[in-house]
Amino acid sequence: MKFLDEYRNGELAQQFAREIHRITTNPWNIMEICGGQTHAIVKFGIDELLPKKITLIHGPGCPVCVTPLEMIDKALEIAARPEVIFTSFGDMLRVPGSTTDLLSVKAGGGDVRIVYSPLDAVKLAEQNPAKEIVFFGVGFETTAPATALAIYQAAQKKLRNFSMLISHVLVPPAMEALLSSPNCRVQGFLAAGHVCAVMGYEEYFSIAKKYRVPVVVTGFEPLDILQGVLMTVQQLESGRAEVENQYSRAVRRGGNQPAQDLIKKVFQIVPRKWRGVGEIPQSGLGLGDEYAAFDAEKKFGVADHHVEESADCRSGLVLQGQIKPHECPAFGAKCTPEHPLGATMVSSEGACAAYYRYRRMPDLIGAKYNERTKTN
Amino acid sequence: MCLAIPGKIVSVSGEDPLERMGKIDFGGILKEASLAYVPDTRVGDYVIVHVGFALSKVDEAEAQKVFEYLKQMGELGELEERRI
Repeated sequence: MKFLDEYRNGELAQQFAREIHRITTNPWNIMEICGGQTHAIVKFGIDELLPKKITLIHGPGCPVCVTPLEMIDKALEIAARPEVIFTSFGDMLRVPGSTTDLLSVKAGGGDVRIVYSPLDAVKLAEQNPAKEIVFFGVGFETTAPATALAIYQAAQKKLRNFSMLISHVLVPPAMEALLSSPNCRVQGFLAAGHVCAVMGYEEYFSIAKKYRVPVVVTGFEPLDILQGVLMTVQQLESGRAEVENQYSRAVRRGGNQPAQDLIKKVFQIVPRKWRGVGEIPQSGLGLGDEYAAFDAEKKFGVADHHVEESADCRSGLVLQGQIKPHECPAFGAKCTPEHPLGATMVSSEGACAAYYRYRRMPDLIGAKYNERTKTN
Repeated sequence: MCLAIPGKIVSVSGEDPLERMGKIDFGGILKEASLAYVPDTRVGDYVIVHVGFALSKVDEAEAQKVFEYLKQMGELGELEERRI
């Protein structure tokens, strides 16, 4: 496929890797924010092409993973109601709440459906006036334009049987929260390309300056990621902390203005709890007052659930780059993608799930990996 | 979750800017996507699509930059080798 295959060329990837080896003199910790990038890094073995001195820390950029357990429980409660058709992206269906998951609710007679786009949920509301259609709106800034337009269209069409359970999260406040932590090991960021396609990268200039960290807006294919790492290392080695854009084929500095306009119109910024991280101020999107009628939490009066996370789960440490997934005692034993204990094992984009899928054969890769971690 | 894939617009429908839809070709697989956020696109353009929404037009000139960067890197390397 055009604009995809050419960025997966192994020989060119080696060229980037050689250059990174050539210029690296100091140890550096670089965080990729986005779970999509984590998945690509582990799948293509990009981290193994890098010098031992460079550690990639896998950030909290998987919206499915960081959706709090309480919110999943609210989804399950709403989905089980007889008058409701509960819709969501496929990723959310397997995510376990404190007792069950959406697939089990469906098996038990609940009407739970996967939609490709939030607009499909709006269509369902038009086609089923006697039913309540609820869409589970999760995701970063990348997904917010889609849910914003769905809400806007539902309002235009005066649909009273449509609502959303919203758990949108924002990337820059999470980066700041990580950087403010006393244990922070991150020295440079690969910023999430598709988040920036929507929001642009103006917001990162103040972060780069305040915390003295390079931020390189990076794409998702192996050549993109390797170039992003190279640009970050170049900055680190020369003592610069700037914002650069590796993913210029898709990202403009100001982002997508019509999308930002509609996000601002429909949503307001709210505090949001991140699974594995905790509450981060100003880090979420909730419905603005004008669209409050479409808020499923209010519509169905779901109570605040108080749930405890597993004491065995080390996902908070993984998200902060303190440990690698396989260093957690529960990894692959008590905690698997089928029975995840915490955020990072929940979706295929979580660091633990990516390691479980591609790195759990210790004889093949794990031993080499453990050795690498020890030397760092 | 933020997976977004480049595809080529093969047809466009809808007058209202926020209702503009396109048929997008992803290497032979056709899917509908909203073009509400890429008002300046037309048939033949490549767009990055996420959950049924085109978020950005692929800039064909910028798309070559990765390869230009590599080429320059190679040329610089050769120059340095010659100096030695």
